[in-house]
Amino acid sequence: MTLLIALTLFVLTVFLGLELITKVPATLHTPLMSGSNAVSGITLIGALVSAGSDHTMLTTTLGFVAVMLATINVVGGFLVTNRMLTMFAGWKKRRP
Amino acid sequence: MTTPDIISIGYLIAAVLFILGLKGLGRPRTAPRGNLMGASGMLLAVLVTMLDQAIISYLALAVALVIGSAVGALLAVKVKMTSMPELVALFNGFGGGASVLVAIASFIEAIELGRADNQLATAAAATALIGAVTFTGSVIAFFKLQESLKWSGFTGLPLARAMVMVVALLLVVMVALQPDTRAWLWALVAAGLILGVISTVAIGGADMPVVIALLNAFSGVAASTTGFVLDNPLLIIAGSLVGASGLILTQIMCKAMNRSIFEVIFSETPAAVAGGRDDSDVYGDRVTSTSAEEVAMLLEVADRVVIVPGYGLAVAQAQHAVRDLMTSLEASGKEVMFGIHPVAGRMPGHMNVLLAEAEIGYEHLLDMDQINPTFSETDVTIVIGANDVVNPAARNDPSSPIAGMPILDVDESRTVVVIKRSLSPGFAGIANPLFAADNALMLFGDGKQAVIDIAAALVTV
Repeated sequence: MTLLIALTLFVLTVFLGLELITKVPATLHTPLMSGSNAVSGITLIGALVSAGSDHTMLTTTLGFVAVMLATINVVGGFLVTNRMLTMFAGWKKRRP
Repeated sequence: MTTPDIISIGYLIAAVLFILGLKGLGRPRTAPRGNLMGASGMLLAVLVTMLDQAIISYLALAVALVIGSAVGALLAVKVKMTSMPELVALFNGFGGGASVLVAIASFIEAIELGRADNQLATAAAATALIGAVTFTGSVIAFFKLQESLKWSGFTGLPLARAMVMVVALLLVVMVALQPDTRAWLWALVAAGLILGVISTVAIGGADMPVVIALLNAFSGVAASTTGFVLDNPLLIIAGSLVGASGLILTQIMCKAMNRSIFEVIFSETPAAVAGGRDDSDVYGDRVTSTSAEEVAMLLEVADRVVIVPGYGLAVAQAQHAVRDLMTSLEASGKEVMFGIHPVAGRMPGHMNVLLAEAEIGYEHLLDMDQINPTFSETDVTIVIGANDVVNPAARNDPSSPIAGMPILDVDESRTVVVIKRSLSPGFAGIANPLFAADNALMLFGDGKQAVIDIAAALVTV
């Protein structure tokens, strides 16, 4: 991927993101934040390659720690978002 | 089809799932599905990455994945809803920290393979700086939200911050110009870590929603710049989506406080500007104190009641008590609504999460724009643990430090009951003329106990 293509991708996705997420009701501010935060744990896939490629001791160690941090971010983020959203849905069902 | 092709197609599908997932998270009906789509995209991305031929040792990966999943799941399941801001801050920090480590690891690898050019170095430098700031900034925010960190900086902090920022930017240039000198990168990471600490340590509680939203955006941008280092389109796409959503939330929060991002980060807190003003001329002897019984009598004859929660509600853990009060008021045919200021609490949507935990439905939670026109038809408004967001000085007094900040017009209702421990000022450090207003009654005490007392008195009235 050339730098220009990467930059194009970056800029277009930012615009796409701004279009996708306008007018979010306040109730969803926290879930949106924690859910999108879990998505930012995508850095995990880079960490996997660093940790698993046995290049040098240093890069493997950095990768190993990165995998742990990113996994906490990803698993914790999606789960806690799900917990909040289930809570929101819970009382909806109980109410007639 | 070659393995790299399979990986690329997997990444493409994951990117689509992230886009649909974030879109879904923006609407109540589709939010759970959106979250699930995001999680599926992540799982798919991880699975296809395992096919990468550069990965040769799976044992270490399995160990790291298991530890990370266990810790993440434990935190997510155990956290109390009142501690949600801390957890979100912590997860932000971990994401930023992981990005820094990945960028360093792959940059060092590139140096050793003789592939480190200026372009790669620039991306690595950007990630190192943004990720390091996100990491320590979030950790400091975490401790401040836990209230286990009392330190709020030192004199000359703004100057130190400006200097570290200049040094950091110079180091970015040095890394980019001399990719083969590793020391520059390490120095840059150190500068970023320091910058994260001194940028967030002085930020007060009420500015926290802005800070958390901004750190959320940063963690996305850091992932995105890591994508430039790794030449990985999925990281660029996912990271910039998160960056954009964080930016939107930051903007919503800033608008609600009538402060710009720069004011939040670079300026002194309004409290420091206001200084130690004398409140006696505002309050005089015009503050009327009341009792739970008197409030119950007012509620007895009211038709419409609005409850305005603030951070004090979270501190007092009063959400369930408030729900019980609402239930008994509704049982006697009264209309009960909640008016929620966008920056009430310590993170975007904090109050909504707390009230949802107490099973108070969406239809009862009204935004500032929806609730404000209705205050004039409201008999009793109960303010629990909120202060600056209901201060009429923002509307009436152009010289006030919070002049122009959008507020909840609770003073327009027939009677306002303010439940508060004392007359002490809120985050802005200014007196609140509402407390001395003719239609305002102060109910001094703990938020939860006060609400329980009112509910009990309501039964005996």
